[in-house]
Amino acid sequence: MNKNSLAYIVSFILLGGAVLLGVTVGTVTISPEVLWNPKSDETAANILWNIRMPRVVLAGLVGASLAIAGAAFQGLLKNPLADPYTLGVSSGASVGAVMTLFFGISVPFLGNYTLPVMSMLGALATMFAVMSFAKLVDRSMKMETVILTGIIFSSFLGSVISLMIALTGEELRQIIGWLLGSVSMRGWPYVQMSLPFMLIGSFLLWLQRRELNAMLFGEERAQHLGVDVKKSKLMILISGSVLTGSAVAVSGTIGFVGLVVPHMTRLVWGSDHRHVLPLSFINGAALLIICDLVSRTIISPTELPIGVITAFIGAPVFAFIFFRQRKGGK
Amino acid sequence: MLNITELVGGYGEKNIVNSISFQVEKGSILGILGPNGSGKSTLMKLMSGILPAKNGKIEIEGKSLADFGAKELAKQMAVLPQLHAHAFSHTVRETVSLGRYPHQSGWFSSWSDEDEQAVLEAMRLMNITHYENTLIDQLSGGEQQRVFVAQALAQNAKILLLDEPTNHLDINHQKELLDTIKKQAIEKELTIVSIFHDINIASIYCDQLLLLDEGRIVRMGEPHEVVREEDIEAVYQTRISNYPHPELPKPQVTLLPGVSRQAAETTIRASDFILSPQMVLFQSQTPLKTVSSAVINAGAGWFRTFINRHVDMTYNIDNSFIEMSGFIEELGFKTTDTVGMMTAVRTEDAIVKEYEAPFGSVVIAVTAGVGNAVDVSKALEREVRVGTINTWIMVNGNLSDEAFIQAMITATEAKTKALHEEQVTDPLTGSLATGTSTDSILVAATQQGEHLPYAGPITELGKLIGSGVYECTVKAIELYRERKKAW
Repeated sequence: MNKNSLAYIVSFILLGGAVLLGVTVGTVTISPEVLWNPKSDETAANILWNIRMPRVVLAGLVGASLAIAGAAFQGLLKNPLADPYTLGVSSGASVGAVMTLFFGISVPFLGNYTLPVMSMLGALATMFAVMSFAKLVDRSMKMETVILTGIIFSSFLGSVISLMIALTGEELRQIIGWLLGSVSMRGWPYVQMSLPFMLIGSFLLWLQRRELNAMLFGEERAQHLGVDVKKSKLMILISGSVLTGSAVAVSGTIGFVGLVVPHMTRLVWGSDHRHVLPLSFINGAALLIICDLVSRTIISPTELPIGVITAFIGAPVFAFIFFRQRKGGK
Repeated sequence: MLNITELVGGYGEKNIVNSISFQVEKGSILGILGPNGSGKSTLMKLMSGILPAKNGKIEIEGKSLADFGAKELAKQMAVLPQLHAHAFSHTVRETVSLGRYPHQSGWFSSWSDEDEQAVLEAMRLMNITHYENTLIDQLSGGEQQRVFVAQALAQNAKILLLDEPTNHLDINHQKELLDTIKKQAIEKELTIVSIFHDINIASIYCDQLLLLDEGRIVRMGEPHEVVREEDIEAVYQTRISNYPHPELPKPQVTLLPGVSRQAAETTIRASDFILSPQMVLFQSQTPLKTVSSAVINAGAGWFRTFINRHVDMTYNIDNSFIEMSGFIEELGFKTTDTVGMMTAVRTEDAIVKEYEAPFGSVVIAVTAGVGNAVDVSKALEREVRVGTINTWIMVNGNLSDEAFIQAMITATEAKTKALHEEQVTDPLTGSLATGTSTDSILVAATQQGEHLPYAGPITELGKLIGSGVYECTVKAIELYRERKKAW
């Protein structure tokens, strides 16, 4: 069996296992049998299909979107530390979402999709702002410059959010819970709301897989190889923003998923984007489902925000990658 | 194939490339030379379409570069830029496979047999097939360079633009890579434009050269038209000297260093020659520039030790080079620093004389035996025997190339005159001999002191050589005959 088929098989097994654990483990343990035989335990089936399943699916979609977006950003910027969170794009999406929620913005024709669309616009605007500013500071867009710019924008946008929240006077814990990211109590409508964008965004990124491979050697080299660099870049930035925006709209800011998953994927399966992208998608879903499971069971009955768990794993990985790039890389 | 007309380009307001026109034909290699900052890389960027031209035209088979889409252009033209570091690593195969990018289309495009063949062929040509699954950042700089050349070759483009393709490569890999590229140019009729740092390598491999300075063409044409002392010195602002390639009709240059250790002053003295039954030996403190027809180190070179060795009449000359090298090593000398001749004549009878002149002095050493005398104008097939008149001319002075050759002519004429004077005859024809069948000559100079551009018979040096060689040869022949009579 070749390495690539093995990669997909292992990833799907992980995802299947994560889903199974996600729907069965909790305050009430549900037998997996309920999945195919709802009649055996009506209450359990109810919990499984109306509470746990949408939660698991949502966590999976959010994880998948953030991971594939992270993988694409890293490839595009040739920067292993880039992900929607470290680039500040998640904060931008949050501002879009918070504005929509707290000011009750509703755009005609968009209906339910107002929230993800506003979130995406926030993401996109931030993405371009961060890119332009980083380029202004340092034409070669060094790794540190880009991340520092992301942090600057993140902090600024974070304070904008805090200000908006303070002005609205809502209950603080709930808001912080949202900000740190959560997929609890969202239900199927949220899945419906984000699913189309996530699928479209991922598909568009997947179309750029060969271009991303070429761009790893620099934009000039990619152009020599026949890549329409401008078009490709724009596609990747837009798709990445669409994915981040729709993820943030339904779950708040969940950091480091887009950093950890592609990194692990590359480490184990190599850095060919034809596989890094789909594999990051699958593994991102599995990781976030597990993180969500941990967040709601570790200090049960209290639920931790899922962002706490991802940061707990992600920050050390970030530190490790940074260290290796600077010291052990060569 | 590739036509550049009045090309102007640069960054911002500044024009780095100014009104450059040239064309490259199918199957030929154009080398771009020029000092740092002369606009070579900018010209390359303009030609590859990375940098838009401000003015002028770049045409591929009559079609303007600007009319090509990115993929379409990549099918026509492959570019090898200088190496850069990257954050993530592909395997060698993945990297080479990227060269097939322009040939793939559609959302789900599959990898065709043609793609596979092109990749395998490119890896084979660059001799990297065994690295196929290695990550490129685990390879050395030279190996990486070969991977990127393979990537460009996999593109199967008709035009190849290379920016210092031999960067990071050792001399063997430079040759291998350029041989491969040259072969591709000829077999597949590729059009190749390449930047070179090394003028000599460019001269060897390119059909045409283009010398660039401050964004303008200084000279363009075949290597012999471009690799000229005056132009190279002016453009690179350094001292160089031209010399011919030993095997190819391609000019080469060599640096003349601005700093060198002051050579100790050397004077060649007749009294420093050691005559013994084994040999005539002279050792100089500093290397002498030497041109000779010796057994060891014939031709031109710089040497410190000079040996005229006595060998028996029955010496087997088929193996003389190896045997003579061994002899020199046994004496404790280095073959790389020694000019070695042979003679069957008694070496302790060598005539060594010193002649003073206003410019310095000349030492002449002759060993002569005329048993082998030949009238060269009636020379027929004769048996090859050990040389019998060996003439050394050692000059305390600085000789030009012309002077070295003129010194040989003058010395040979004087030798012939001496043979006539001594009535030496060719035993086969009975006519006057002009020399013997295997005479050798050596001209050496300290290359210090006065510059002596000529050594013909009307110059001071020529006169000394003429009369000196004549006198020494006559004396040597007389001595030879006396010895013969004594037996």
